Amino acid sequence: MTTSHPKHSAKGYAERVVAGDRRALSRLISWAENGNRSFPEALEALYPSIGQAWRVGITGPPGAGKSTLVNELALALRSTQFGQREVGILAIDPSSPFTGGALLGDRIRMEELTGDKHVYIRSMASRKSHGGMARAGVDACDVMDAFGMERILIETVGVGQAEYDVMGACDTVVVVMCPGAGDGVQAMKAGILEVADVLVVNKSDQAGAERLADDLSEAVHTRAIRSDEWLSETGDAWSVPVVLASAGKGENIDKVLEAVAAHRAMLASRGANGLEDARRKKRVAQVRRVVDEVLDERVWSTAELGEHVEDALAKGATAYGVANEVVDQLLGAGALAKTSNKPSANK
Amino acid sequence: MSDRKIRVLIAKPGLDGHDRGAKTVATVLRDAGMEVVYSGLHQTPEMIAEAALQEDVDVVGLSILSGAHMSLFPRIREALTARDMGDVLLTGGGIIPEEDMTALEGDGFSKLFGPGTRTTDIVAWIETAVNERWAREEA
Repeated sequence: MTTSHPKHSAKGYAERVVAGDRRALSRLISWAENGNRSFPEALEALYPSIGQAWRVGITGPPGAGKSTLVNELALALRSTQFGQREVGILAIDPSSPFTGGALLGDRIRMEELTGDKHVYIRSMASRKSHGGMARAGVDACDVMDAFGMERILIETVGVGQAEYDVMGACDTVVVVMCPGAGDGVQAMKAGILEVADVLVVNKSDQAGAERLADDLSEAVHTRAIRSDEWLSETGDAWSVPVVLASAGKGENIDKVLEAVAAHRAMLASRGANGLEDARRKKRVAQVRRVVDEVLDERVWSTAELGEHVEDALAKGATAYGVANEVVDQLLGAGALAKTSNKPSANK
Repeated sequence: MSDRKIRVLIAKPGLDGHDRGAKTVATVLRDAGMEVVYSGLHQTPEMIAEAALQEDVDVVGLSILSGAHMSLFPRIREALTARDMGDVLLTGGGIIPEEDMTALEGDGFSKLFGPGTRTTDIVAWIETAVNERWAREEA
């Protein structure tokens, strides 16, 4: 380190993270979670160091064996076979909508990793489950990335928009299913297949695993045919592999990692900037979330606007009428009408 | 800070496998609005301190029913201090004689709860102590 900032300042923490200080890494992730006002400055300082990690999202229904699989994947990534990678893990669990509290129990299945200095595990509660969690999740990954993690595994329960947003920021998304939790049709209903780059049928030793794998293969095959036009347009020739594995028994974990590596290779083969292009597209969603959040906070931070709205409603204005007026004031006359008349650009 | 939550690590060091108490306390703290990381049974002091660091918790809560509290508590405090986390609140419960409690609480951060403690007392102590800690941090 050539320059030295105060230890507990934004720049100080950023410097420490890049230098490999785990305490600082933990602190900055808390800042991200808490919406600390100094966090953007710290992230800004970390920016040049971000972009080395490969981010793998692991999602699926409760009980599918995600935590056990993450544990096994991390152990494999630490082995010589997969290059003894530095591994960061972000395990996101739901907060109670009633009390705001959360019980985060994913570490129980990752006990073997706690003593390894090359693995960092962080549990995160979803808190207010709109944009905030998605932002904090992506921010936490950015901090781990800057710290020097080569692989980041992000685990979420596969329900809810915010979880999909987090997955949307990953380079490769692994969807984990298991037999006995509904058939392949359930999976299609849930819309979970659309986000998958790799499908894992876990608990492969249980009855119905092969059948589920067949159902899923068929479903993703249908998806590939249906979106043929789009595929040729983007040059995305990826057909989602279905891997049978047993995380509990440590079987076929290498096959899962090989599928992830193949997906990565596919992205990289899309031309010189294949990876960067894919990532930039994902960053757009992040920018949008931050803009939404900042606007929301700025617009509603004072009591005045709320009072104004209440007054207008009391005088007999309609909800849409008041909203229209507020947006006009913020963006200039006719703004709301403009957006609502315009055919939606992103379908 | 717009959305700060109290983060607690609940762990069971040592060899006893009775975690009913630990799970009850974890649930009570969750219902009080805290984020509780439960790390399971048979944790070494090093594992507990490392988890506390990674999770950036405000409080570490230990359940010790094995009688080894006089060696485990100080070793965990030591392991926390070695990680620049000496100011983390350390608390715990179990079958701990009065005189041992007094001795362990001497370092100013720790508080121990014996059998028959009301869970509301644990919540109240944590909330007060963490708020004091946050105030020190801001200062």
